[in-house]
Amino acid sequence: MADTTTKAKLRWGLLDVIVVVFALIPVLWIASLSFKTPATLTDGKFIPREWTLDNYRTIFQTDQFVRALVNSIGIALIATLVAVVLGAMAAYAISRLDFPGKRLLVGVSLLIAMFPQVSLVSPLFEIERQLGLFDTWPGLILPYITFALPLAIYTLSAFFKQIPWDLEKAAKMDGATQGQAFRRVIAPLAAPGLFTTAILVFIFCWNDFLFAITLTSTERARTVPVALSFFTGESQFEDPTGAICAAAVVITIPIILFVLFFQRRIVSGLTSGAVKG
Amino acid sequence: MADIVLDKVSKKFPDGTVAVQDVDLEIADGEFVILVGPSGCGKSTTLNMIAGLEDISSGELRIGGERVNDKAPRDRDIAMVFQSYALYPNMTVRENMAFPLRLAKLDRETINQKVEEAAKVLELTPLLDRKPANLSGGQRQRVAMGRAIVRQPKAFLMDEPLSNLDAKLRVQMRTVVSRLQKQLGTTTVYVTHDQTEAMTLGDRVVIMRGGAVQQVGPPQELYDHPRNLFVAGFIGSPAMNFLHAAVQDGSLRTALGDVPIGDRVRRQLEGADAPRELILGIRPEHFEDAALIDDDTRRRGMEFEAPVEIVESMGSDKYVYFGVEGERASAAELEELAADAGADFTGGGASLVTRLSAESAVREGGNHRVWFNLEKIHLFDPNTGRNLTLHEGRAAGAVAD
Repeated sequence: MADTTTKAKLRWGLLDVIVVVFALIPVLWIASLSFKTPATLTDGKFIPREWTLDNYRTIFQTDQFVRALVNSIGIALIATLVAVVLGAMAAYAISRLDFPGKRLLVGVSLLIAMFPQVSLVSPLFEIERQLGLFDTWPGLILPYITFALPLAIYTLSAFFKQIPWDLEKAAKMDGATQGQAFRRVIAPLAAPGLFTTAILVFIFCWNDFLFAITLTSTERARTVPVALSFFTGESQFEDPTGAICAAAVVITIPIILFVLFFQRRIVSGLTSGAVKG
Repeated sequence: MADIVLDKVSKKFPDGTVAVQDVDLEIADGEFVILVGPSGCGKSTTLNMIAGLEDISSGELRIGGERVNDKAPRDRDIAMVFQSYALYPNMTVRENMAFPLRLAKLDRETINQKVEEAAKVLELTPLLDRKPANLSGGQRQRVAMGRAIVRQPKAFLMDEPLSNLDAKLRVQMRTVVSRLQKQLGTTTVYVTHDQTEAMTLGDRVVIMRGGAVQQVGPPQELYDHPRNLFVAGFIGSPAMNFLHAAVQDGSLRTALGDVPIGDRVRRQLEGADAPRELILGIRPEHFEDAALIDDDTRRRGMEFEAPVEIVESMGSDKYVYFGVEGERASAAELEELAADAGADFTGGGASLVTRLSAESAVREGGNHRVWFNLEKIHLFDPNTGRNLTLHEGRAAGAVAD
């Protein structure tokens, strides 16, 4: 018996390693490229023969990239914050209240999530130009919120449904207003859900390319994924592969930090002990 | 401290179901009232309406003489203990108990003092800094009680607070609740589906069925003088025996023999629309082994002989189950009670539960002669469920005139 379990463990371990390696190879490849010199870039070696930080220096010297990084961080953070706050309120209402048109609302929000974004790009472009939102932060934040909200509402309402309703009733009996009950009792318990949603929404905003490239035209609101595609080498004929790779590595860092930071807050079993014995 | 008055309070849900219908109830200051009934009888809805967690469709609710129909729960100054305890899992025991005081914006010192006091009463002091997840069921239950008593509200509402505890702890907590209520003298409304809890705890018991109050009174009165079939069947464990009885030639033909009826009951049965078939109810303790009674007692009852099915010796007395022939008593109330108890009452002959004295020599398998007290039997109209033997509010038995 012990033999089979060891074998099973080995098998699973091997499988895990294969999956992780498979997923990580492109990332590592990019990281490796970012440390190579232009001369050795295409030598096909996984580990660079000549290490260099020139690529990183280049990208941070260009105002273009730094500016895009600021845009990206700002836009993604604001969109995440607004989407999570609005999503939390909507999800709370959906999971707790019975109001006319509830199913319709949920259905429509699902519809928005399913809608092919590419078909909305041209109308959005026209609308934003008319409204003067084109190439501004709000011009990107608004569509991001629109598409992140269904996701936020779905994830959050699942979390809210897990919180025993008795807790809210108890809070009300203890003298809390609806708002106090939500802020002091429900929200702390829904924290794992809020953080999970925040991570998902942030990743969505951070990685978006489609809206960012169509709804911006200058450095004012251009985000990193778009800025990357506009990278040029020293001359027109030089391929800025190394710099693009360095930039790609740089933009993964905030998202890793963001996830690591919030992941620690995602403690499961936070509601244990609330009800029953 | 305040009285609670329900004046024709009803609850109708948007889908049209009526959960509570015209409940009239006056709960005196400091009284301990139990709402009891099978599931779906509207007892929890009634409690939630008193709490303010559920809107009142019609009627008036007054707490301390003041109409509170439209007041939010927080403005009614009443505390509630939930069946699930509903402790805030992210707070320690101390924070849980301090929560209502913090919302009331008391100063830190007063809060601490009050929490310590309440913790002492409930023996929670060593647990104050623990989280609910690290407490046992009984401890959580006490914290829930602590959170209710800490702010000295006008009234306590308890929604089946003991039903999640195991049997032994439940009995123990029952006395804790009872003592606490007497000590604090706070008006308490307590909801339960357990008739033992209802009998042991309350000053008065309200029996509900289908959203309507069936009978209100002290536990002993409900037990001795049930107004209808439902109350009779619900209160008491083991439950009252119900037998089919046909009215024939001035007596009742039952599986136990012909039971004589007194003048008063006979007069009631003489009307044109009087039922020809009745349901006879006798409690298990009103039977006795015929060999163990003196002549004086014998005269007040009658005897029958029946095959013994099962003998359960409880030490202090014996529960003996007899198989009796004859038609089974049937009424809507009885079916409802059976469904609530999860019992399957569709067997052949009726089974009779009796509580005989421990000295009885009754044996399983044989026939045994048993006496029962005619003064203690009840007769019910199967159509209305009304207790026909009730006279001026008291049950007088079938033979009394």
